[in-house]
Amino acid sequence: MGTAKKGHSHSTQTGGAAKAPATGGTRLTGAEILWATLEGEGVDVVFGYPGGAILPAYDALRKFPIRHVLVRHEQGASHMADGYARASGKVGVAIATSGPGATNLVTGIATAMLDSVPMVCITGQVSSKVLGTDAFQEVDITGITLPLTKHNYLVTRAEEVAPVLRQAFMVARSGRPGPVLVDITKDAQQGSAEFNFVAAEPKPHRPHPMLKTESAATVQAAELIRSAKKPVILAGHGIIQSAAYAQVRTLAERMKIPVASTLLGLGAFPASHPLSLGMMGMHGEAWVNHAIQQSDLLIACGMRFDDRVTGSLATYAPNAKKIHMEVDPAEINKNVKADVALIGDLKEVLEALLPHLAPRADNGESAWLREIEASKGEVAVRDIKNLPDSGHLYAAHVMHDLWRATDGKAIVVTDVGQHQMWEAQYYKHDEPRTLITSGGLGTMGFALPAAIGAKIACPEKEVWVVAGDGGFQMTAAELSTAAQEDLDLKIAVVNNGYLGMVRQWQEFFYEKNYEASPLRSPDFVKLAEAHGIRGVAVHKRSEVLPAVAEARSHKGPFVINFQVEKEDSVYPMIPAGSALHEMIRRPNNPLVETAQDK
Amino acid sequence: MLHTFVALVEDKPGVLTRVASLFRRLNINIVSLTVGHSERLGVSRMTIVCDASPTAGHRIAASLYKLENVLQVDDIGQLSHVARELALIKVAATPQTRSQVFELAEVFRARIVDLAPESLMIEITGVESKIEGLIQVLNENGDRILEISRTGRMVMRRGQHTSKVLEAMRVPGMETAEDLKAEESAEAPSDELMAEETGLRE
Repeated sequence: MGTAKKGHSHSTQTGGAAKAPATGGTRLTGAEILWATLEGEGVDVVFGYPGGAILPAYDALRKFPIRHVLVRHEQGASHMADGYARASGKVGVAIATSGPGATNLVTGIATAMLDSVPMVCITGQVSSKVLGTDAFQEVDITGITLPLTKHNYLVTRAEEVAPVLRQAFMVARSGRPGPVLVDITKDAQQGSAEFNFVAAEPKPHRPHPMLKTESAATVQAAELIRSAKKPVILAGHGIIQSAAYAQVRTLAERMKIPVASTLLGLGAFPASHPLSLGMMGMHGEAWVNHAIQQSDLLIACGMRFDDRVTGSLATYAPNAKKIHMEVDPAEINKNVKADVALIGDLKEVLEALLPHLAPRADNGESAWLREIEASKGEVAVRDIKNLPDSGHLYAAHVMHDLWRATDGKAIVVTDVGQHQMWEAQYYKHDEPRTLITSGGLGTMGFALPAAIGAKIACPEKEVWVVAGDGGFQMTAAELSTAAQEDLDLKIAVVNNGYLGMVRQWQEFFYEKNYEASPLRSPDFVKLAEAHGIRGVAVHKRSEVLPAVAEARSHKGPFVINFQVEKEDSVYPMIPAGSALHEMIRRPNNPLVETAQDK
Repeated sequence: MLHTFVALVEDKPGVLTRVASLFRRLNINIVSLTVGHSERLGVSRMTIVCDASPTAGHRIAASLYKLENVLQVDDIGQLSHVARELALIKVAATPQTRSQVFELAEVFRARIVDLAPESLMIEITGVESKIEGLIQVLNENGDRILEISRTGRMVMRRGQHTSKVLEAMRVPGMETAEDLKAEESAEAPSDELMAEETGLRE
């Protein structure tokens, strides 16, 4: 075990405070190289679960200053790495064994892929000599994740560990970010090789060859913006990925252009800004979609015209020219035909564009902004948060009160379904990276593990889980992880006894045939207590703020079970495939306010 | 419509799957796919012919470039190029009926590469329509075709244009898209060459 001793001496050299990665030609095992490379890449925490094929790596972990968070299911590991990456902007790392460990990561990898989250997943694999023999816990994980990753690698020799891992980090971060998987055979972990972090540096990343914007296109875009009467900025996730906050804000303020956000774009432009319209699309407010439909110029900033945003493409913003600023050339003209495409990193694209735009002469409010403002009034009276307290607890109340209590400053990690849309509507995000949610894949069970990752990335920030009773139970086992790590994490379960969004679709589109959507749940307060976590139940609106206050003052994890109106729906709603103006509105006299409910 | 792409890819395990998987994911049928060595060590050249909507070319090329192992993609489209396919055709023929097939092969500038008592093998190179022409004539003639093996289309652009990636590796900052367009319009294919390529059916 001479190599292991060397590895140990390596850790004593570099262990402790701020350290430079080992650069010398030290001889280490593949397992040690794995951790040394992660350390060199700036990784200080990984989320994982041990098992046979990854045990050599786990055996070497103690020699390196890297925190390992033991998850309860590998799906939790990939969601935690995802939440960590979304909250911090750094690459998240998940680690699992071969076979079932690897396949359990898959949902989290797909989630990160669809939302372009930088992540490196490391899986153990059976020894290279038995690859392809259906060995115990062997699965072709590079085959399985081929369409779900930006790229993946199979490593069969210790020599390859450092260069491949470094390449994986580069691929995950570069261009349009995404998850990368590195599958490392057991013999590659056990074998030894010279480790030289610097020498393992990958070749510079090749930018996408179609990634160039002609200056003519920039001029043309500026022309369109100057002459537009009814422009709207569509703010997407790309603003956060590119940190182009100031540039988008300058564009909006200089040209007096209102800003509509995608779900993942929330927080990229301050919700409290006078030019902010709010979320667009299927559950966007009426005036937002109205503005888009009436617009004569859509300026898409780092968004991909997802079907949840556009509704029917045939009727989408029929009078609008479209400027599409996007880092991924494959997104151009995919769903919506762009009149001008500005391909590149959003910040660079906007910095090239802004000098062509002089501030608008009309300093006050334009007719366009007044038109949008006028369309809000009629809608506000239907807003459930403006209804008097009838004793019923609506999820919208919970979100609104949570927003008020936390001053809108918490990181909120939502699951998928009705509560996710209510959160997006009623929790106003002023800061980027404060809403973490699975947009593209819509992964139930995402919230709790992703929030654990976010809390570990940002320990000084207040982090709230907002989950439904359905999604929460999918990954509720991670309560143990939160308890074991003693995370100061606040968990709000919005409990309506249904798979609420499914029930809503059944109500609207399947003649209220509530097949398989009613849901019996455990007592979440007792469930929390069983994990040694404090919990309270809330049934009335008057109890919301005190419960939130108690959770906030409590040190450590805290669960609140909000027992909300059972059959409430998210309004407005544009049925899938319909035009943006064909929306289902909240009834003036809400259906949920019936005598039976008393 | 049919799209033809030439892709230069790293010669590594799994690269073919990644390329093929992309088309599968886009629900696009690959009509033919040929792979072989290129002029550069460690770089393979693929010619991919697929059936997709007329506007799909941009997205396919852009998506191919997103694969880490893909070095260069060329959407051939209407650009001036030479396309060839190789086919081996085994035809049932006895010593008595051979001469008829020999004559046909001669007309199509095909070669007889194997003779057996019961059959013979024809090798033919050309554009798809030429190969299909020979097959059609053989069928019309009552010759029984026993086996056909076709390579699928291989494509190379005409003239000065060479692989952009390889150019970039040798001389940084070579040609731009504008240069290429100018070059293409300058050398429209001559009628005689086109006639030769399309064979005798027209």
